[in-house]
Amino acid sequence: MARVTFREERCKGCELCIAVCPEKIIVLAEHINAMGFHPATVVEQEKCKGCAMCARMCPDVVIEVEREVAEA
Amino acid sequence: MMKKVFTRPKALTDKPFHYCPGCTHGIIHRLVAEVIDELGVADNTVGVCPVGCSVFAYNYFNVDMFQASHGRAPAVATGIKRSLPDRVVFTYQGDGDLASIGTAEIIHAAARSEKFTTIFVNNAVYGMTGGQMAPTTLLGQKTTTTPKGRDKEQAGFPVKVAEMLSTLDGAAYVARVSVHNPTHVNKAKKAIKKAFEVQISGQGFALVEVLSTCPTNWGMPPNEALKWLEENMIPYYPLGIYKEPAEVK
Amino acid sequence: MSKILMKGNEAIGEGAIRAGCRHFFGYPITPQSELPHYLAKRMPEIGGVFLQAESEVSAINMVYGAAGAGMRVMTSSSSPGLSLMQEGISYLVGAELPCVIVNIMRGGPGLGNIAPAQSDYFQSTKGGGHGDYKLITLAPESVQEIIDLMAKAFDLGDQYRTPVMLLGDGILGQMMEPVELGEIQEVKQAAKPWAATGMRGRGKPNIINSLYIDPEDCENINKKLFAKYAQIAAKEQMWEEYQLEGAEIVLTAYGTAARICKSAVDKARAKGIKAGLIRPITLWPFPGSVIARAAETAKCFLTVEMSMGQMVEDVRLAVNGTCPVYFYGRTGGVVPLVSDVLAEIEKLVDGGDRE
Ligand SMILES: Cc1ncc(C[n+]2csc(CCOP(=O)(O)OP(=O)(O)O)c2C)c(N)n1
Ligand code: SF4
Ligand code: SF4
Ligand code: SF4
Repeated sequence: MARVTFREERCKGCELCIAVCPEKIIVLAEHINAMGFHPATVVEQEKCKGCAMCARMCPDVVIEVEREVAEA
Repeated sequence: MMKKVFTRPKALTDKPFHYCPGCTHGIIHRLVAEVIDELGVADNTVGVCPVGCSVFAYNYFNVDMFQASHGRAPAVATGIKRSLPDRVVFTYQGDGDLASIGTAEIIHAAARSEKFTTIFVNNAVYGMTGGQMAPTTLLGQKTTTTPKGRDKEQAGFPVKVAEMLSTLDGAAYVARVSVHNPTHVNKAKKAIKKAFEVQISGQGFALVEVLSTCPTNWGMPPNEALKWLEENMIPYYPLGIYKEPAEVK
Repeated sequence: MSKILMKGNEAIGEGAIRAGCRHFFGYPITPQSELPHYLAKRMPEIGGVFLQAESEVSAINMVYGAAGAGMRVMTSSSSPGLSLMQEGISYLVGAELPCVIVNIMRGGPGLGNIAPAQSDYFQSTKGGGHGDYKLITLAPESVQEIIDLMAKAFDLGDQYRTPVMLLGDGILGQMMEPVELGEIQEVKQAAKPWAATGMRGRGKPNIINSLYIDPEDCENINKKLFAKYAQIAAKEQMWEEYQLEGAEIVLTAYGTAARICKSAVDKARAKGIKAGLIRPITLWPFPGSVIARAAETAKCFLTVEMSMGQMVEDVRLAVNGTCPVYFYGRTGGVVPLVSDVLAEIEKLVDGGDRE
C-alpha cells in the first residue's frame, strides 16, 4: 500500500514526474490550476508502489509519498 | 502503518519557487535543504545566494541568508566564515556568477581552503538575463549571443570548473553530479551531503558542480532538456568525484 | 599616559582595534600599505582576523559578509582600489550594513601616481557607486585625530547602520606624530539583532539583502535611507574653526590641505591680514551651517584642495552667493606650499576680489 499526494496548486505541469513513474499512473489533469497550468494527478492510486521517483524529480516539491512500512 | 517516505524538507520555507516549469534549480534547492535537515544544522547555517535565477533563494531556504553581488558569493562567505568559524556556510551559484564574473573569488576561496561549501549550478547558459552564452556554453550551442552556435574561434572554449578547481591544493572536495534522473538525483544528494560534511569536519573547501537544465532558454520541453543534458553536457562535463579527502573516502 | 610616536597608517589600525574592530580584509596598494602591515601583525595578537584578499572587489565583499554577520569590520585601500569597491559599497548601503572603509588617496585619474591627493572627494561624499546614497566621510588632519575618529567611525556606522569612510592622503598616512593612545578598553557595542549568524533558536531567518524587486519597495528603502541621512546631517556635522574670529578671508580646507592652510593663516595674521579657516571634519554631512554663518561677515572665501576643486562646490552651495568663493588647488600628487596659499590670500586682500 502506498499513496502519493500532489499539492496541485503548486504544480507547473512540467511532466518530469510523469516520465519517471514506473507504473505510468501520473497524468496531467484536464483542468488548470490558479497558476494556469494543467496539474499532474495520479489516476490509479492503488497501483502506486511508493517508490517516490516522481517526488524526487519534481522541481517544485509538489509531491508527498506515503508507504506501508513494517511496525518498528 | 502508513509512513511518509517523501515530504517537503524543513529547511525549505513554504514559499513556492519562482523557477520556470521543469527547471532543475528546484530539485537542487530541495537536495540542499534535505542535507541540511539530515545533518541537523539548519539553526547553525548561513547561506549565500548569487545574482542569477537563484537570486531569490533567500526566500526559500529556511536558514539565515545573504544575497551577494554578482560573482562575489565566495568572498561574502569568506567574510562570514572567518567571523563565525563554527557556523555552516554555503554558497549557491550559477555558471555566469561563478565561472565568469566571479572566477577570481571562487579560485581564491578554494586556494585558501575556506571552510565553506559551494553548490555550483551549471546550466550552460545565462538564465536570468535571457539565455546569453555562459562560460560553460558548449561548442556549437545556440544562445542569444551565439545565434549560430558557440564558435571556438570567436568565443573560445567552455570552462570545466570541477577539473580546474581540483588542481588546487586548497580544494578538499570537488565533485560533478547531475540531476537528469532519479538515480542521479540520489547521487547528487550524496555528493552535496559529503560537501557539507567536509566543511563541518574542518577539512576545507568543498564544491559540488551540478549539471542542471534551463528548458526556457534552451528552448525545449523539460523532459527533452533532461535528455539534452544527458546526451550533450555529460560527455563534455564528465561526472564523478574529482577530489576527496582521504578520511572521507 | 605618555605619548608614543606613530605613523598615520598605523594609527588607523590601532584606532580600529581600540574601537573593537577584529576583522580586516584588504588588498595591497601604496600609499596605505603600512596599515595592512600593522594589522597583519597586530590582529593575530588579539585574536582578530587579518586576511589579504585577492582584490579590492573581494575585500569589500568579505567586509559585506563579516558586517552582515555582526562584526566590526574594516577595509582599506587607495584611490584605484576604491573605484573597484564601489559596487560593493552600494550593496553595503542597500543592505544597511555598518563598516569602516579607509581611502588614503593618491594622484589620479587612471593609475595616476602614489603621491598624496584629495581628488576622491566627489567619489566619497556624493555616492561613488550606483543608486541614491551618501556615505559618512571623516577627514582627519593629524595622527591623534585619526585615533579619535576611528572610534567615532565605528560608532556612527553601528548607530546608523551605514558604511563610514575615513578619507586621508599619503602625507597623513606616512606622517609620524606623537599620540596619546590611552588604555585598551572593552568597547561597548550595540546589539545587532538583524545580523545573519545562523538562527540559533531565533525561529525566523535573518536575511541580508539589497534586492527590492517591487519599485515601491525600492522607493521606500530609499526614503528610509534619506530619513536617516537627514538625521545624520542634523546631528553629526563636525568641523574645526581656526582663527575664525573676525576673519574677512575665510579659508576652507580639510585633511593635509587644512594643515597647510593653518600655517598660511598664521603667516597672514602676522602680516595683519584677517584670515581664518574652517576645517570640515565630516565631509559628509558637510558642515554647511557654519560656513553659511561665516559668510554673513566674511569678505570672501578661499577653498584650498589637493584637487582641481571638488569640495569648493559644497562651499559655494553653503555660501549661496553671499560673498565670492575662490579656489586654489594643486593636483595629481602635487602638494600646495604654504607660500603659495599665502600668496593667494594676499592677492585677495590687494584686489578685494579677483577676476
Ligand atoms: C555586476 C553585474 N553584471 C551583470 C549583471 C546581470 N546579470 C544578472 S544574472 C546574470 C547571469 C546569471 O547567469 P548564471 O550565473 O548562469 O545563473 P542562472 O540565471 O543561469 O541560474 C547577469 C549577467 C548583474 N546583476 N550585475
Ligand atoms: S511513488 Fe512511484 S509509483 Fe507512485 S506515483 Fe510516484 S513514481 Fe509512480
Ligand atoms: S514534476 Fe512536479 S511540477 Fe512537474 S508536473 Fe509533476 S508534480 Fe507538477
Ligand atoms: S530561465 Fe532557465 S535557469 Fe532560470 S528559472 Fe527559467 S529555466 Fe530555470
